[in-house]
Amino acid sequence: MSAALDQQDGYNFAYLDEQTKRMIRRSILKAVAIPGYQVPFAGREMPMPYGWGTGGVQVTAAIIGKDDVLKVIDQGSDDTTNAVSIRKFFAKTAAVETTEATEEASIIQTRHRIPETALQEGQILVYQVPIPEPLRFLEPRETETRKMHALQEYGLMHVKLYEDISRHGHIATTYAYPALVNGRYVMDPSPIPKFDNPKMDMMPALQLFGAGREKRIYALPPYTEVKSLDFEDHPFDIQEWDSDCALCGAKDSFLDEIVLDDAGNRMFVCSDSHFCQQRQQAGFTGTANELPADTKERA
Amino acid sequence: MLSQKETLLSVNNVSVLYGERVGCQNVSFDLWPGEVLGIVGESGSGKSTLLNSISARIQPTSGSVTYNTRVDGQRDLYTEMNEPERRLLMRTDLAYVHQNPRDGLRMNVSAGANIGERLMAIGERHYGNIRNNAEQWLDKIEIDQNRLDDLPTTFSGGMQQRLQIARNLVTRPRLVFMDEPTGGLDVSVQARLLDLLRGLVRDLGLSVVIVTHDLAVARLLSHRLMVMQNGQVVESGLTDQVLDDPQHPYSQLLVSSILQT
Repeated sequence: MSAALDQQDGYNFAYLDEQTKRMIRRSILKAVAIPGYQVPFAGREMPMPYGWGTGGVQVTAAIIGKDDVLKVIDQGSDDTTNAVSIRKFFAKTAAVETTEATEEASIIQTRHRIPETALQEGQILVYQVPIPEPLRFLEPRETETRKMHALQEYGLMHVKLYEDISRHGHIATTYAYPALVNGRYVMDPSPIPKFDNPKMDMMPALQLFGAGREKRIYALPPYTEVKSLDFEDHPFDIQEWDSDCALCGAKDSFLDEIVLDDAGNRMFVCSDSHFCQQRQQAGFTGTANELPADTKERA
Repeated sequence: MLSQKETLLSVNNVSVLYGERVGCQNVSFDLWPGEVLGIVGESGSGKSTLLNSISARIQPTSGSVTYNTRVDGQRDLYTEMNEPERRLLMRTDLAYVHQNPRDGLRMNVSAGANIGERLMAIGERHYGNIRNNAEQWLDKIEIDQNRLDDLPTTFSGGMQQRLQIARNLVTRPRLVFMDEPTGGLDVSVQARLLDLLRGLVRDLGLSVVIVTHDLAVARLLSHRLMVMQNGQVVESGLTDQVLDDPQHPYSQLLVSSILQT
């Protein structure tokens, strides 16, 4: 089936034409060579709106091959609209095998999360990035931010963190938390929660970041040092929850809050749906799916 | 401390041309440590252009600007320094106070962050220290410490101007450039600001180049005065000398145009 799809409906393999893919690959190579540096590329119009992952899709389209196994997640979940439609897109245009299992995938395209299961060498993580410029909200001039990156003038990033502490008493930036890459470039890690920042540090997998609207690609080669910015007396830390996952009892995963009714009841469950299911299949349970003693008797 | 025998800034035949038009032409002067130099002149006479070119902001078309750096001694700002060095100098040893505080402040972050920005830019990474420093500076500029976390937009014009001055002086620069620091403020606020500036200049041993069109400001603050017209320096000398006994027709006109009370 895959061979027949190569030219189906006039589309090339993985939607983009080969010339475009080559252009994107050149940008990716440059990005990998200079970890954290934002490489401009001639972003194409994709059959989806900006903000839905056009950058990530272009990067994936440029690197995907017939033997790849693709996993797409959105906020950690395999079954949300964005993830499902991008997975279908590549199943249709590239006829690649898709999966929901993190460890089986060779390419994982992600929006806003890094999977809980540790990634391995040989895997590639593709991030969808809305705004690649970490300095954007403090310094709107692009000419100036480029100069600041070139001259490593990153004091302004700490002004933002200072402002956080003075307003909230702690560093209140919880996502898109700026990080220093390889001791050189400050990078916006896309809107992943700061919970995931430590996972980027020395990760064995290759990490690619694509911003479609802003037309920038940047990358973290395997085993790159990524240090989240902080103050000496307000060190970087990650979110913690009072409860464990209500479905699988995990204590160390990123939890989503789900409102159950209008009486203030809520539960916390893993944001990484595959990780949670895997644990449940392995027999782990949380507070929500343990059968209470009296229901057992009635059954 | 610097030897009193060495100039802090020496400007040699500086001309700035905007295409055919002349910004300023053949200006030369030396500035000594602890000295306050006033530049007066009518609007459009090249005061601000001169200020920009001697403060590492606009490269002059010809001539040289030599600054006595702390480490390497006398260096030409444009030919012997590269851009990173120049930018580092601009946010440590030099300071620039804009006429409109909105140009010099970051309006969307608190007063404390504004004061702390230069410290963070030179590598201070201890929140408590930065905050203490900012509190001390608020004291010095006579703003209540409980305004530390307020946005500059909630400050009055005079307070904003004082905040801008604090933000610039926090890294203990040696040379401060001021472009009409009292412009747009009412007279009583002006007087207070001038008082403050005079105190800071004396206490910190600052050298200042101050551009103004207000001769009262010049008389109060500056030791020496340069009068500019059409991009040229037409007269220079000790402030009292120039103001009490102006030689050049334009200086005479300028002095005589002040309302006598």
